[in-house]
Amino acid sequence: MGLNFISSILFATVVAGTPLIIVALGELVTEKAGVLNLGAEGTMSVGAVAAFAVAHHTGNPFLGILAGMGAGILMSLLFGISALTLMANQVASGLALSIFGVGLSAFIGKPYESVALASVEPIRIPLLHKIPLFGPALFEQQGLVYFSWVLIVAVAWFLYRTKAGLVLRAVGESPVSAHSIGYGVVRIRYQAVLFGGAMAGIGGAFMSVFYTPMWVEGMVAGRGWIALSLVVFATWRPARVMIGAYLFGGCMIAQMFVQGSGVRINIPAQFLSAMPYAATVLVLVLISRNRGTIRLNSPASLGQTFLPDA
Amino acid sequence: MPTETPAPPRLEIKGIRKVYPSVIANDGIDLTVMPGEIHAVLGENGAGKSTLMKVIYGVIRPDEGELRWEGQPVTIPSPGQARDLGIGMVFQHFSLFETLSVVQNVALAIPGEFDLPALSKRIEEVSTRYGLPVDPRRLVHALSVGERQRVEIIRCLLQNPRLLILDEPTSVLTPQAVRKLFETLRQLASEGVSILYISHKLDEIQELCHKATVLRNGKVTGTCTPSQETPKTMARMMIGEDLPVCHHGEPGDGGEVRLRIERLSQPTEDPFGTHLHGINLEVRAGEIVGIAGVSGNGQQELLRAISGEEPLADHQAVQMCGVPVGHFTPTRRRALGMCFVPEERLGRGAVPRLTLTENILLTAYRKGMLFSGLIKWGVAKKFAEDCIARFDVKCGGANSEAKSLSGGNLQKFIVGREIMQEPRLLVLAQPTWGVDVGASSFIRRTLLDLRNSGTAILVISEELEELFEICDRIVVIAKGTLSPSKVTSETGVEEIGIWMSGMWPDAEKPGDAPHVA
Repeated sequence: MGLNFISSILFATVVAGTPLIIVALGELVTEKAGVLNLGAEGTMSVGAVAAFAVAHHTGNPFLGILAGMGAGILMSLLFGISALTLMANQVASGLALSIFGVGLSAFIGKPYESVALASVEPIRIPLLHKIPLFGPALFEQQGLVYFSWVLIVAVAWFLYRTKAGLVLRAVGESPVSAHSIGYGVVRIRYQAVLFGGAMAGIGGAFMSVFYTPMWVEGMVAGRGWIALSLVVFATWRPARVMIGAYLFGGCMIAQMFVQGSGVRINIPAQFLSAMPYAATVLVLVLISRNRGTIRLNSPASLGQTFLPDA
Repeated sequence: MPTETPAPPRLEIKGIRKVYPSVIANDGIDLTVMPGEIHAVLGENGAGKSTLMKVIYGVIRPDEGELRWEGQPVTIPSPGQARDLGIGMVFQHFSLFETLSVVQNVALAIPGEFDLPALSKRIEEVSTRYGLPVDPRRLVHALSVGERQRVEIIRCLLQNPRLLILDEPTSVLTPQAVRKLFETLRQLASEGVSILYISHKLDEIQELCHKATVLRNGKVTGTCTPSQETPKTMARMMIGEDLPVCHHGEPGDGGEVRLRIERLSQPTEDPFGTHLHGINLEVRAGEIVGIAGVSGNGQQELLRAISGEEPLADHQAVQMCGVPVGHFTPTRRRALGMCFVPEERLGRGAVPRLTLTENILLTAYRKGMLFSGLIKWGVAKKFAEDCIARFDVKCGGANSEAKSLSGGNLQKFIVGREIMQEPRLLVLAQPTWGVDVGASSFIRRTLLDLRNSGTAILVISEELEELFEICDRIVVIAKGTLSPSKVTSETGVEEIGIWMSGMWPDAEKPGDAPHVA
C-alpha cells in the first residue's frame, strides 16, 4: 500500500483510458458532422488485429500503429460508401460494420492467437517522471498516451477555433442549410467519417500493440461501444470525453485491484466487473443532465441521411 | 455599387422548364430584372415560384432554358456558384444554424479569412447602415423570427450581392417590421441592387415593387407594373378568376362557453421554448377568436396545452364545454367535441406514409367507422372521398399517400377532415399558412359557416389580415402572456401590431423584452 500503490493505480488508469479517448474523439468528430457511425467496435477490432500483425512481422510498433490506422480508414470507408454515397440507414450500416469487424478480426487473427509482442519501452520525460505519485502516470507513458492528450486539445481547437471546424458543426446541425450556402455536405461528412475510422484504428492498435500486448479474440471487449456512449454522455464535448474515459479506466483498474487483492468481500465478481460500465454511465448522466447543454451541443442532424434536392 | 445607366439586364432568363415526375413545375418561363429594380414574382402556391428561384440560385438544374447574367450566358450548377456571381437568397425557411452565434453563422457564408472579431465589426456596420439591428454575439436560437431574418439579410449583404432574392419575407413579421424591411429594400435598390421579391401578398407588392411577373401553373400569365394595377386585377392574373369575397356575419350574441382557459401557467423545459404564464381566455359557441403574435412567443406551448399533447397538473386550467380537462389526453378531449388542426401538416396533422383514408380514420373514427373495434373501410373511404370532393383537394384519390399532396392541398384535406366531424370546438394553428389565395379564402368562408352554425373556433395565426377577416375577437400573445381581447371592429392592424411587441395597456410586467420582430 501507500504511495507506490496509488501511483500504480493512477498509471494503469491513464493507460486504460487512452484507447477510449482516442476512439471517442474520432467518433465525436464524426457525430459532430451529423453521422452516427456505430461501427467503432468493429473498426477497433480490425485496427487491433492489423496493427498486431504488422508489428509482429516487422517488429516495429510504429508501423503497427500506421497499419491500425489504415485498417480503420478502410473500415470507415466501407461505412461511408454505404451510409453517405448509397444513403443507407446509418444505424443499420454501423451495426453491420461492428458485427462484420469483430468477426473479420477473429478470422484474420487466428494465426496470432495468444502470440505475445515484446513490450514497448515508454517514453520518459526527463526529470518530470520522477515526480512522486503523478510522475509515472503522466510522464512515463507510451507515445500514444501523449498523443491522446494532444488530440483532445487539437479536436477542441479544430471544432471551436477554426473555420473548418465551424463548417463541420454547421453540417452536423443542418445539412440542408449548409448545402444551400454552398458547402459539400457529403464530402465533409466523408472526411469526418474517415477521421473517426482512423482514430478507431489507432485505438485498436493501442490495445493490441501496447496495452496487452498480445492478440486475443474479442480483446476489444466492448470498448468501442463504451467510446460511443462516452461521446453522448459527454454531450459531444472533448474535455468531458477525457473525464469519462479516465473515470471508466479508473473503475476498471480499481475493480481489478480489488478482485486481485485477495481481500474477501461478499460481492460477486461479475458485479465488480460491471462496475466501470455502470459508474461511467451514471456519472456522465449526472454531469450532463442539463437539457440546455444537450440541445446546444448535440448535432441536430445526427443519424439523418442527407439527400440534396434534385 | 454605382450603376451605369445603359447597362444590360442584371438577370435575364428565357424558356426555363423543369419537369418533375408528376408535375411540370416551370414551363417556358421568361423573366428580366434590371439593375436597381425590385421585381415581384407573384403566384399561388404550386405556381412554380419556388422552383424558379431555386433554379436561379443553383439549387436545382432546369431541364431547358437559358440564363444570362449581365448580358453573359451562364449556368449556375450550385448555390456556391450563384453566390460567386453575386446572387444572394433569403429563404422562407431560414438556412441558419440555431446553436451557432450570429457572427459564426455569417462567417460560414463569407469566403476569406476567419476573423470573428473583425467580422462582428462589419456586421455592426452593415446593421447600422441598413437599419437592421442585431447583436453578433447572440446565439441564433435565442433570436426572434424577425431578428433571424435580419441575420439572413445581413449575411447576404456582406457578400455585396447584385441580386437579392427574398422568398415570402414578410410572412413572419409584424406590420411595423415589414415597414422597416421595405425601407431597407428600397435603400438597397437605390444603391443598384436588384431584388426579386416573391410573395402572394398583393398590397405589399403594390407598395414596394417596380415590376411584377405573375405565374400560374408553372407559366407566366402576365407582367405588370404594380403601381398601375389594383389588387383585384393582379389577383385575377394570379388565380385566373375574381377573388371570392368573405362575408362576415353579425358577431355572435354570446353562446355558452366552449373553451375556458384559467390562469394557465406552464414552464417549459425546452431551452428554445417559451414559458406560459397567467393565461386567461374564453371562446364561446358561435364566435371566432383569433390569437395574433409573432411566432415563438408561446403559440406552440399554448397549442400543446389546449390540444392535450402536454397534459397539465392543474385540471381547471383548461375547461372544455364546462368539463375540466387539464389532465385529459387528446383523445378524451376530442371525445368532448374538440377538433384540432396543428401547424405542421406532415407529421402532426397527417401521417406522411398513410393513405388519405387511413389519415381520416386517425381522428374521425368516431363517425361510425368502427364496428366492435374493427374498421369499416367503406365508411372511412366514403368520408375521405366526400372530404376530397367538398374541399376540392387535388390528389390521386382517397388511396394516395398524404405526403404526395402539395402543402396547400393537404391543409385543405386536414381542415376538411376536422370540420366534417362537426366539432363543438375547433382549434386551428395557421389554417392557411402556405395555402394559395383561392384555397385560403375557401377555408375562411368554411370557418365562417361553421361559426354561424354554432361552433366555437379558436384560430392562432401570424397573418393579421386573416385574423381581421374572420375573427369576432382578437387577442395577442407575446412572451408567453395573453393580452386582453379586442372586438375586431373596434381595433386595427396598427394597434394589434403594437400589442404584438408586448406593449398592451396594463401589460403585467415589462420584464424581459418579448420576441419583437
